[in-house]
Amino acid sequence: MGKQPAAIVGIGQTHHRAKREDVSMAGLCREAIDRALADANMTLDDIDAIVVGKAPDLFEGVMMPELFLAEALGAAGKPLLRVHTAGSVGGSTAIVASSLVQAGVHKRVLTVAYEKQSESNAMWALSVPLPFNMPVHAGAGGYFAPHVRSYIRRSGAPTHIGAIVAAKDRNNALKNPYAHLHNEGTTVESVLASQMLWDPIRYDETCPSSDGACALVIVDEQTAASSPNPAWIHGTVMRSEATTAAERDQVNPQAGRDAAAALWKQAGITNPLEEIDCAEIYVPFSWFEPMWIENLGFMPEGEGWKLTEAGETAIGGKLPINMSGGVLSSNPIGASGMLRFGEAALQVRGAAGEHQVEGARRALGHAYGGGSQFFAMWVVGSEKPSN
Amino acid sequence: MTVAFDYTRSTGPVIGRFLTGLRDGHVVGGRTSAGAVVVPPLEFDPVTHEPTTDFVEVSSVGTVTSWTWVPEPVKDQPFDRPFAFALVTLDGADVPFLHALDVSSPDEVTTGMRVRVRWAAERTGHINDIACFEPVAALDEVEGGAGGPDRARPQPRNEAATEQSRSGDVPAAPVTGVVTRVSLDYDYAASPEESLFYRGLNEGRIMGQRCPTCQKVYIPPRSACPADGTPTEEEVELSQTGTVTTFCIVNVPFLGQKITPPYVSAYVLLDGADIAVLHLILGVPADEVRMGMRVKAVWKPRDEWTFSLENIDHFAPTGEPDAEFDTYKQHL
Amino acid sequence: MRDVAVVGFAQRQMPEFDGSPTCVELLVPVFKELYEQTGWTRKDVGFWCSGSSDYLAGRSFSFVQAVDAIGVIPPVNESHVEMDLAWAMYEAWIKIQTGEVDTALVYAFGKSSAGVLRRTLALQLEPYTMTPLWPDTVSLAGLQARTGIDAGLWDERAMAEVANRSLTDAEKNEYAIRKGGSSVDELLARPMYADPLRKHDCAPVTDGVAALVLAAGDRAREVRDRPAWLTGIAHNVDPMGMGVRDLTRSPSAQRAGAALDLDGVEVAELHAPFSHQELILRRELGLADDVAVNPSGGALTSNPMFSAGGIRVGEAATRIWSGEASKVLAHATSGPALQQNLVCTLDAATEGAGN
Repeated sequence: MGKQPAAIVGIGQTHHRAKREDVSMAGLCREAIDRALADANMTLDDIDAIVVGKAPDLFEGVMMPELFLAEALGAAGKPLLRVHTAGSVGGSTAIVASSLVQAGVHKRVLTVAYEKQSESNAMWALSVPLPFNMPVHAGAGGYFAPHVRSYIRRSGAPTHIGAIVAAKDRNNALKNPYAHLHNEGTTVESVLASQMLWDPIRYDETCPSSDGACALVIVDEQTAASSPNPAWIHGTVMRSEATTAAERDQVNPQAGRDAAAALWKQAGITNPLEEIDCAEIYVPFSWFEPMWIENLGFMPEGEGWKLTEAGETAIGGKLPINMSGGVLSSNPIGASGMLRFGEAALQVRGAAGEHQVEGARRALGHAYGGGSQFFAMWVVGSEKPSN
Repeated sequence: MTVAFDYTRSTGPVIGRFLTGLRDGHVVGGRTSAGAVVVPPLEFDPVTHEPTTDFVEVSSVGTVTSWTWVPEPVKDQPFDRPFAFALVTLDGADVPFLHALDVSSPDEVTTGMRVRVRWAAERTGHINDIACFEPVAALDEVEGGAGGPDRARPQPRNEAATEQSRSGDVPAAPVTGVVTRVSLDYDYAASPEESLFYRGLNEGRIMGQRCPTCQKVYIPPRSACPADGTPTEEEVELSQTGTVTTFCIVNVPFLGQKITPPYVSAYVLLDGADIAVLHLILGVPADEVRMGMRVKAVWKPRDEWTFSLENIDHFAPTGEPDAEFDTYKQHL
Repeated sequence: MRDVAVVGFAQRQMPEFDGSPTCVELLVPVFKELYEQTGWTRKDVGFWCSGSSDYLAGRSFSFVQAVDAIGVIPPVNESHVEMDLAWAMYEAWIKIQTGEVDTALVYAFGKSSAGVLRRTLALQLEPYTMTPLWPDTVSLAGLQARTGIDAGLWDERAMAEVANRSLTDAEKNEYAIRKGGSSVDELLARPMYADPLRKHDCAPVTDGVAALVLAAGDRAREVRDRPAWLTGIAHNVDPMGMGVRDLTRSPSAQRAGAALDLDGVEVAELHAPFSHQELILRRELGLADDVAVNPSGGALTSNPMFSAGGIRVGEAATRIWSGEASKVLAHATSGPALQQNLVCTLDAATEGAGN
């Protein structure tokens, strides 16, 4: 027995900012939820079940916050699930929500992911000193920068590739009214001139710290029939590997490669570069664009940067990536993955506004987390899947 | 080990309205679409799901609807001596609200007893602006300070009236945020494998263990080899020299940082180990650190040693020729 | 719906685990035990899902290291809920229902003793007006217990009867950390602790891990002669506010139970960390007097955080495997004062599986 067809018919997100001091956690979530419901032409009363996702509870200092949020999110009297899979959580949460429909258990599922980073300090929450351990880490940037150095060494990529990505994503963000950063006039040169933070990562090549939320309404085939432009789910995959293991490839992790292979197979895709029209990929540091291009199998190992350098990942290129501005322009951690999934769905619904890729019919949403050991991905399409 | 942080919470308009009221010395409830007055107000209506906008001032006197004795208070509770928590329905409200009740023994509490808010000496727009509830002696309520029945059980007043009654006051800005300290103490324990590692460090040795299944040498040793789930077993003392596989130069200051940037955070693959450890590289300008550089452990003075990887102050170049890329490329 | 059964269960419980907060040291032998029960290796497991809490462990991403216990080369299809094992099982059940996988192993861990549990759990409350008062779990349960006593729905004797039966039944459970019944009168003669609760009305602080194995159709029949078929599973949540709910009730438990066919249930494992909560649950689920409740001793005798709900499922399943019962019920709770609840039925027959 196969999966029941499922489609995204409502997408909502907040205006992402460094500090959303105007709203509570519930208010932040509801801003995204209410937009998603309006998009789906539904109310909270139409929803069968709610799936909440967010990154570590230490960010907001509330243990299992979905419990206190239950009523405000309209979950009281309904099934409520809370997913937490590190940085990939926004993606994993969307996948869990879609599985409730694909299993035939629910017809209309609301999912919301959020982070209110301004309630604390993310770098603090990520690096709570553990007794005995060596506190040399420098937050997420310090964790990932050595692996970027490894990628550059292994691929022989020119050192300005990261700046190309950053300039592209920041300019894409200018077309997205919800994006956190709207930095006019960002160029490759201005990125290269920005301060070197975690060498080889420059300031303009890092993601901001944002408050924000994203919500999706995922429904069954029958409900989707009344939507003018449902985004059909063609495949979903989650894969995990160890955080630290002997000889683990941290540049091109096996979990990501395996996930992509399984995803393309599910979606009936044999040549992803040709068959995927655009992709929203989790790129918190610019260099992860070429790294994930390879990991996802769009290009052979060591050649991902060539796609970026040729401008093919810009809107209008062969494989536009992060048309919304991506994580580099908005990063409410727990929601960042769901934003990728939601933005992919917006594209195939033809509803991405100024950052729409013309004629997008199949799109990839991608999230990863932890130390590149957790992956969640989906392919959505404008047509109902044939398989 | 203590995990502590002062969370800066933005309250949004509804909780903000409630906390503004507390700061100004009155208790504000919210009316639901069904007409019930709820304290503190619900951010969103349980039926219509719309934001609460109908605020009502209620009395600071009310009735205990349930209570429990707290014989052994935990840190940061309203009292550090035994007290009661109570659910109190304030006059003018339809549902109870939770706070501490200051009584010295459970014999002094009954369901149905009348209590009133004891305000904190200093009010800042925080739930602790209410210090606690305290009993209202029956006599007090009828004849004393709380006034007659009309004052003890006032009809809910609407916002406009409330504001009018205080016309002339300079209104302070509404409360939009609240700071909450969350401080938790944890007893930290190490696994047997970790203990071996930390004991070794206390003796100036770097101890690893070999996985019996995949034969890889792990540092620190692991309760479960991540490749196959078996605990690492055979003890292996590792060399104090190794190779920098990859690294970054930290130029950015951040909360809790102990070293002044720039400095190098590097993965060091100790000779004999199959996994690199993250540590500092010092004793060489940051911009001269290279992938493949050979380094050795530099220990702190022995009298500063504890059970910690910090016993190794940093790694410094040995001066040997760099390792060939092929010898460590599988560790990137 | 596909026929899915619980075919494996292993647990460890103790008052104080002298090891790491991720309890990896306990998970490794528990997985081994499950491989022995099923005859599988880790490669037979199609999906993994765990339940745990960062605040219990005192660190972010506490579940990350626990994944190592699986052995994750090659990488696995895996997820995590910041919830009890029972909800991790629900996610796995859903995954199997989609047809993507046929088997799953779900696990949970928690070192409750690392902090002051009843204080740590105050962080689950509404953070603006509740958590700053640090209302501890026992106090919130005490408020709930008194509400029912005042309403005449139960009394201290009824609560003591629950405790005495649980402590007596726990004598037969090698994993229970508190055991030894006496008499209701003797329990009532013990001093009040958090009035109206005595210590035996409250679950002991317990460290531990537990894991369950699920399998569909023939994969389940290959493992056991009498798989415990999950014939129904539902969960639900109430508002948190202590003021806005009727504390003598648990509407979410009632709704979850009402979604299932509870006729003919012989045994019910109810996750009631406080004695009066068992009384609430019995009523909400409409359990008849002849239903055997918590033959394992229940959460009053052992309540490892994030495992204890799933342990109810495992304990119930063993009654099916052994032939002692043909239809059993398991329940899990989460949040203050029975806020969130999951109920499932396990049956020796697949008839009606998948509700």
